[in-house]
Amino acid sequence: MSIAENQVAAGRGSARAVAILSSLGRFLVIAVTTYLGLLAVTFFIGRVIPIDPVLAVLGDRAPTAVVERTRREMGLDLPWIEQFYLYVKAALRGDFGTSVLTTNPVMSDIRRVFPATIELATLGTLIGAVIGVPLGVLAAVRRGSLIDQIARIIGLIGYSVPIFWLGLLGLVLFYAKLQWVAFPARLDVVYEYTFTPITGFYLLDSAMQGQWDVFYDAYRHIILPAALLGYFALAYISRMTRSFMLNELAQEYIVAARAKGLSETRIIWGHALRNAAVPMVTVIALSYASLLEGSVLTETVFSWPGIGLYITNSLTNADMNAVLGGTIIIGSVFIAINLLSDLLYRLLDPRTKVG
Amino acid sequence: MSDTLLEVDDLRVTFPTRTGLVQAVRGVSFSLGRERLGIVGESGSGKSQTGRAIMGLTPPQAEVSAKKLAFGGIELLSISSRQRRSLRGNRIAMILQDPKYSLDPVMTIGRQIVETLRTHEKVSKADARERALAMLQAVQIRDPARVFDLYPHEVSGGMGQRAMIAMMLITGPELMIADEPTSALDVTVQLDVLKILDKLVAERGMGLIFISHDLRLVSSFCDRVVVMYAGKVVEQIKASELRDAQHPYTRGLLNCMPRIGFERHPLPVLDRKPEWAA
Repeated sequence: MSIAENQVAAGRGSARAVAILSSLGRFLVIAVTTYLGLLAVTFFIGRVIPIDPVLAVLGDRAPTAVVERTRREMGLDLPWIEQFYLYVKAALRGDFGTSVLTTNPVMSDIRRVFPATIELATLGTLIGAVIGVPLGVLAAVRRGSLIDQIARIIGLIGYSVPIFWLGLLGLVLFYAKLQWVAFPARLDVVYEYTFTPITGFYLLDSAMQGQWDVFYDAYRHIILPAALLGYFALAYISRMTRSFMLNELAQEYIVAARAKGLSETRIIWGHALRNAAVPMVTVIALSYASLLEGSVLTETVFSWPGIGLYITNSLTNADMNAVLGGTIIIGSVFIAINLLSDLLYRLLDPRTKVG
Repeated sequence: MSDTLLEVDDLRVTFPTRTGLVQAVRGVSFSLGRERLGIVGESGSGKSQTGRAIMGLTPPQAEVSAKKLAFGGIELLSISSRQRRSLRGNRIAMILQDPKYSLDPVMTIGRQIVETLRTHEKVSKADARERALAMLQAVQIRDPARVFDLYPHEVSGGMGQRAMIAMMLITGPELMIADEPTSALDVTVQLDVLKILDKLVAERGMGLIFISHDLRLVSSFCDRVVVMYAGKVVEQIKASELRDAQHPYTRGLLNCMPRIGFERHPLPVLDRKPEWAA
């Protein structure tokens, strides 16, 4: 390359960098707007539901004077617009009030339970994507063959069987009968006192500290629920991969790739899947986000102390601070993942303009 | 005849459908030297399927048979699919109709050209890039280094088709099948692309099969013309003698071409007699 060409290339590079930065800026604006919308909705829900926050704190035997004082202390006598302002200000600081049930700040509760859900959801999505994508590709390439039929049945079961039932069945088989996995919990009780989590992701924490016995124990606890969630993600991901791949394989550029004399392997994995990957990013991200909401049923069956279980417990105890705080956190994660997948989509598909 | 590049004798392509077998190509025979052969016909006449059968790109559910389908002395229907693939893109190449759809949208033009080359020849990345740039120059792209890094959607149709030609010619094939290579382009660009194609075919002494529905284009561009109707060859004729065509179908096609200065009302309609297809 000549110097002039180098300069042109560098110019194009920096122009692209500017374009990416400006689109990042726009993403941020969208994120903030959506987040404010989320706060407004949760605030509104908090006001209209027939649970009196004062009663929830004091119980129904408190004298009227105390009730009135508490109401003022909680700022409930202020005009609602001011209440909303205070609410947003607190939420932006990560202050969602105190949980009535656990008497901890909601934020510290969430910091404790959310990693459990993230760890489970991440492992589940990984299992779902690593198996689901190749399965979908194979089903599309060998359309109508035995493997396509098997993939279809696997998908159908994944769609239609209730997860708690499959979870109980899995426990009976793999825990009670075969003893391949550990009982429902995150860790054996023995380790509860010898192991101090850092990030809250037990697999990561134990590996970082070199406590391989803890790692193995955590693995034995997480693998069954993760496999189960992974199976449900797999069912969805493999069906979507199949349909995206069929669409790509019917395109003219596949004929051209064959005319170039490329191998089928190269055509399928290098061209068709590379194109199908663009919409797949959204599918996998959405399925990950839906697992991050905390699958209440899975967490209940496997006594998994995650955010789904936390919110459900809070809800049945009318602990509104915890419910709304949890909702806001989940909503924020949802917004973040959506934006991330959008960004990835743009990186993968050169046709979507970055600027 | 040592100069024969391709021999086709009684080529048939049969598709199974819900209502029984359908023969898209029904006993096509012709031979090709280092010349430009045009195949014309209406849509559904089997001209594209003839081209794809020679390439070995017939859909897997369809059946191809022929008394002879020989390329450079190699009987194409009796060699393995692996050997067939090593011919494709290497000694026999194909240009498709619309560069908008026939180039991979998420891969840069340069990488797609290099990919063809490196599939068939052992060349270093740097050499492959050099040759791809030279090829882009050969199809008269002014700024090859820039176009090399562009994605297909970033170039015009004419430039995309030139990139397609570059991608298919880089290995120096002996036979080129061009399936409606200019039908999707603007009229003003069509001639440019044709000129480039013509020049390269002549320079490299390639055989060319030019598949088109445009009789005027084919007759001005090719040496010989094969006219197909309902999966059969109804007439083979030198392009220069097209005006003296005998077959009523060819005459009908010729008759439909408008001429400057002659206004015709109503416009002529093609005759389609079942006995021609028999």
